[in-house]
Amino acid sequence: MYAFDYVRPQTLKEAAAALRKSDQARFLAGGQSLVQALRLRLARPPLLIDLRAIDELNGIRVANNVVSIGAMTRHADVAAAKEVQRAIPALARVAAGIGDRQVRNQGTLGGSLANADPAADYPAAVLGLGATIVTSKREIPADKFFLGLFETALKPGEIIVRVDFPQPLRAGYAKFRHPASRFALVGVFVCDTTSGVRVAVTGAGPCAFRVKRMEKVLAKAFTPQAIEKIVLPAEGLNSDIHAAADYRAHLVTVMAQRAVTAAAKL
Amino acid sequence: MTTPLVLTVNGQAVSVEVHPRTLLVELLRDTLRLTGTHIGCDTGQCGACTVQLDGRAVKSCTVLALQAQASEVTTIEGIATAGGELHPMQAAFKEYHALQCGFCTPGMVISALDLLKHNANPSEADVRQGLDGNLCRCTGYHNIVKAVLAAAAAMRP
Ligand SMILES: Cc1cc2nc3c(=O)[nH]c(=O)nc-3n(C[C@H](O)[C@H](O)[C@H](O)COP(=O)(O)OP(=O)(O)OC[C@H]3O[C@@H](n4cnc5c(N)ncnc54)[C@H](O)[C@@H]3O)c2cc1C
Ligand code: FES
Ligand code: FES
Repeated sequence: MYAFDYVRPQTLKEAAAALRKSDQARFLAGGQSLVQALRLRLARPPLLIDLRAIDELNGIRVANNVVSIGAMTRHADVAAAKEVQRAIPALARVAAGIGDRQVRNQGTLGGSLANADPAADYPAAVLGLGATIVTSKREIPADKFFLGLFETALKPGEIIVRVDFPQPLRAGYAKFRHPASRFALVGVFVCDTTSGVRVAVTGAGPCAFRVKRMEKVLAKAFTPQAIEKIVLPAEGLNSDIHAAADYRAHLVTVMAQRAVTAAAKL
Repeated sequence: MTTPLVLTVNGQAVSVEVHPRTLLVELLRDTLRLTGTHIGCDTGQCGACTVQLDGRAVKSCTVLALQAQASEVTTIEGIATAGGELHPMQAAFKEYHALQCGFCTPGMVISALDLLKHNANPSEADVRQGLDGNLCRCTGYHNIVKAVLAAAAAMRP
């Protein structure tokens, strides 16, 4: 690890002031991705701005059928929150299935989204639920947030403050868990709302994406059988030592069906 | 440049100066000489370095020491009573031969306590799944699972 300076601001204003001192600074949330990246010298920031002490980034609120979760909320706290379990049980389940207990005790929602790992779970839920990412500068709809491999719409210095999740009619998530890394080989989040169905996939492409063909069919018949024959073309999907692109394409269909089954049960 | 760090470790106030890149596990092992916390993989995978940070099990190889500012840390050295009497979880590990080389044991014990905090009455499957952040290269896990189930029974009021 290269040396760096460290600050722990108490407010978003103080964080912005710290940023003005160094445009190469990086934010630190749980550190579950960043600390390892620093250790591998994949990142070399001169300054880390620890977001832990900023109150505005914490807490879970439910109002007007919207669940708002602060960026620094840890996965374990989302999984255990009664209000999330009640309003959007599928979201609590996504959080409960991330990594292992130690990772869930330390990793955060904002860190996961800003990191935009192609195999991370939260991106599928955020895109599937059509959530809004509220930052220190603006509101970004999920459909405009994930741009590519580890690439998001966040500008340098922009802090995720919270995410607003609209409550769906029903939703479900199914993940084919990589047994060693626990990340999603493929994960599919399916969500039924008054304005239509959304299907979001993680693990299969450079970043989370929607499958509109499945959405149209499910809007007419919300059953696993309805999408049985819809298989994505393997071209452009991830291919690595864990799974070839055609296998991932197959998994997208199977996981989508399981997600529909899970949603229909709730 | 070093930064002041104040925290509580196993009930004792600690006040040190650290370089920001110091890991929590390095502070514990190298500075405080609490070598019960082990480093296995050093990459966040194996759980040998698991400690409690404000009551939650975390991997101390993937946390900066400064992230524990003003926090309470408990390591395996802080689990038994001050008089040296084993915690029921430790006693169960001993009783059920839940260790061979013992390298994974401190992390296993801390994770198992975290598991019971959220689920006082786990099934065998709950225990197996709930300890998936901790790897053991010796035991084949069976006796670890037995020990955790026995400790759960012993710890229920
Ligand atoms: C063993 C292991 C297993 C894992 N398994 C899974 C899994 O199964 N599924 C899964 O989804 N993830 C998994 N993860 C990743 C985990 O969820 C991470 O916690 C998460 O990706 C990053 O969150 P963090 O809070 O630790 O962020 P950090 O590592 O602190 O930060 C990550 C990045 O986000 C930026 N950032 C953080 N917060 C903000 C903010 N509020 N605004 C703007 N930028 C910000 C940082 O600058 C950094 O670039 C795993 C990690 C480990 C170590
Ligand atoms: S040494 Fe920390 S997880 Fe392996
Ligand atoms: S007892 Fe040897 S690694 Fe678990």
